[in-house]
Amino acid sequence: MTRPTPETLAHSARRARAAADPTVDVDPAVARPAATPAVPAVRPSAPDQVTGAGSLVRSLEALDVDVVFGIPGGAILPAYDPLYDSTVRHILVRHEQGAGHAATGYAQATGKVGVCIATSGPGATNLVTPIADAYMDSVAMVAITGQVASPLIGTDGFQEADIQGITLPITKHNFLVQNAEEIPQVLAEAFHLASSGRPGPVLVDIPKDVLQAQTTFAWPPTLDLPGYRPTLHPHGKQIREAARLMAAARRPVLYVGGGVLKAGATDGLRRLAELTGIPVVTTLMALGAFPDSHQQHLGMPGMHGTVAAVYGLQKADLIIALGARFDDRVTGKLDSFAPDATVVHADIDPAEIGKNRHVDVPIVGDAKHVIDELIAAVTVERSAGRSTDLGDWWTQLDDLRNRYPLGYDEPADGTLSPQYVIKRLGEIVGPDAIFVAGVGQHQMWASQFISYEKPYTWLNSGGLGTMGYAVPAAMGAKVGKPDTVVWAVDGDGCFQMTNQELATCALEGIPVKIAVINNGNLGMVRQWQTLFYNERYSNTDLGTHKHRIPDFVKLAEALGCIGLRCENADDVDKTIAAAMEINDAPVVIDFVVGKDAMVWPMVAAGTSNDEIMFARGVRPVFDEDDI
Amino acid sequence: MTMHTLSVLVENKPGVLARVSGLFSRRGFNIDSLAVGETENPDVSRITIVVNAESSPLEQVTKQLNKLVNVLKIVELDPQVSVARELLLVKVRADRSARSQVLETVNLFRARVVDVAPDTLTIEATGTPDKLDALLRDLEAFGIKEMVQSGLVAIGRGSRSITAGPALRAA
Repeated sequence: MTRPTPETLAHSARRARAAADPTVDVDPAVARPAATPAVPAVRPSAPDQVTGAGSLVRSLEALDVDVVFGIPGGAILPAYDPLYDSTVRHILVRHEQGAGHAATGYAQATGKVGVCIATSGPGATNLVTPIADAYMDSVAMVAITGQVASPLIGTDGFQEADIQGITLPITKHNFLVQNAEEIPQVLAEAFHLASSGRPGPVLVDIPKDVLQAQTTFAWPPTLDLPGYRPTLHPHGKQIREAARLMAAARRPVLYVGGGVLKAGATDGLRRLAELTGIPVVTTLMALGAFPDSHQQHLGMPGMHGTVAAVYGLQKADLIIALGARFDDRVTGKLDSFAPDATVVHADIDPAEIGKNRHVDVPIVGDAKHVIDELIAAVTVERSAGRSTDLGDWWTQLDDLRNRYPLGYDEPADGTLSPQYVIKRLGEIVGPDAIFVAGVGQHQMWASQFISYEKPYTWLNSGGLGTMGYAVPAAMGAKVGKPDTVVWAVDGDGCFQMTNQELATCALEGIPVKIAVINNGNLGMVRQWQTLFYNERYSNTDLGTHKHRIPDFVKLAEALGCIGLRCENADDVDKTIAAAMEINDAPVVIDFVVGKDAMVWPMVAAGTSNDEIMFARGVRPVFDEDDI
Repeated sequence: MTMHTLSVLVENKPGVLARVSGLFSRRGFNIDSLAVGETENPDVSRITIVVNAESSPLEQVTKQLNKLVNVLKIVELDPQVSVARELLLVKVRADRSARSQVLETVNLFRARVVDVAPDTLTIEATGTPDKLDALLRDLEAFGIKEMVQSGLVAIGRGSRSITAGPALRAA
């Protein structure tokens, strides 16, 4: 079998065309500036006569887009003609959902804007899930959709869907382009909105006749967003008040969310933490923002967080929330969350402040500026001799860490332990790789048993909890970071939702690696049935064990990948090593693991964090006298 | 629960009203009254929304509204220092025997008759919601055949203008 290499089919065809024109930038691998220009001032050009479609593609080029993920179709077809000659690499996916998650994975791994393209109607509606996903996780994404021609809008035309209306609640903003002259400005505004302030998805819907119309293209356009003014710099008075509280607190915790990663504030976070000695918890969206191995890191808070992190927040007298949003998965039952804590809440989005939890010191600003200014203000406090001894607090937290570390029991039935597989994967692959998870038990284990030491090495669907996220997001991450090893840790349920994108990976030369943690079941749902539904396993057995349908090894091979299988602990290391040796094709490992393993610790939904269970039937013992 | 009157200045673009009203229902707020119109600047529309809410969730909805890219400015109007009016058109049964009594009510409320038919009068009235309620109570006795009411519009008292400001001039 001939396996396409990174120099691939569609890609090499485009290169052949481009080679005829020496002015075209032929190498998509050439590194581009890391930051997306907020105000696109690059490549000024005099007005040119083009079609709307040509204007769209020229705009993407001017915005330094190097790759888009998409599928053509009737209404978007005009755009695919100029795209054929463009420096923009188009990756032809197998399902629009894959295009959307790939754009998200690309954005999360690179910090640039991820772009996906779909046609009208079903193409656009297939983007709804990844758009909602990007909205919940504040990912900079621009989705471009074709729309039926303007005279057909509102007539229930073939493949018509009101995607602007449909995505109104799940986009940061969206546009329906009315005439071709607007295209450069709308694209520039879409990229600016998606990537600045609190990032988020922006949809640009373009009717077919607008794409076909003759227009002029000139760059740069002028942005006209009078109602959009994100606050980046925090208020000095609030910063000083926060620093004063930090210097006086006896049981403070830094509650770090994904906003710290988005702001590129991880170095500052480390300086702030080490300057103050305050314990750090990082949410699911923030793993990697603070090294897991750091002595001050208590782990992840929330439903499946560590006992020390959950307890730390719960008993804190001061919570300094940085780019986090007091999500229900973190707070548990809200009115019993951290009852004694004074709350400093810093976020770039003013609407997050006070949304769930009452806030004592609100700070609106970009996490990088907030942290830098907090460091300065805390330094002033400390040089004035104001700081507290956190020794007692650390004694309590260390005691909990020692008594209730993350761990797991080997399955009693002798099956392969999923936690062991994931732990070994993290140890063998190392902290330079990017790990991408689906949603469910494997996601939680991947968050717990892989050590994240560097920012942007952990991608997952946090807010929306989108099963099927991992394979396409890993594809997008690998496209954005071709020299980084990218592993998807997926469940057998998730994997069956989006594995068709492995065909894309095989053909486009995107050698991702997939560890399918195959327990034959919808594992997290099954865990809840075990715990809360009297072990009545209604519709959670996928048959992937019982009948080996599908056979993931054969499926991988059918999709142009290398398929490996591992069924016992002795083979785990060598199977992972074998996968690490393969760099010219995507690899899928079918790890056949036991179905009864559960994710612990756990705070059951709707209960208080005080009710955290360390293992089934085991409540941690907190020494209340110490508090 | 208390009534709050929000003046929301928005870019005059298609779909903006849907964004604003959709946000209210999505976040679980009921709009009591809504009125939209152009301002002295044709690029800016003004949406007056009356919402029944506690102050803390109202703050949340105001913040969410502020996040809408087309929203330029939001001001909550204090009823003590603002003028608020609704417009009412009402078709009242008024044959020859009742007509003089209906007209008496019309005069009493400083309303106006805008259409006459053999058995009905159509009355136009503007005023605060309280005044219009009182007028309607009085007219009910004659028989109301049809009525239509506008949303509330409101403006602050004094010389200050909420439409002044750099963002609005830019629009």
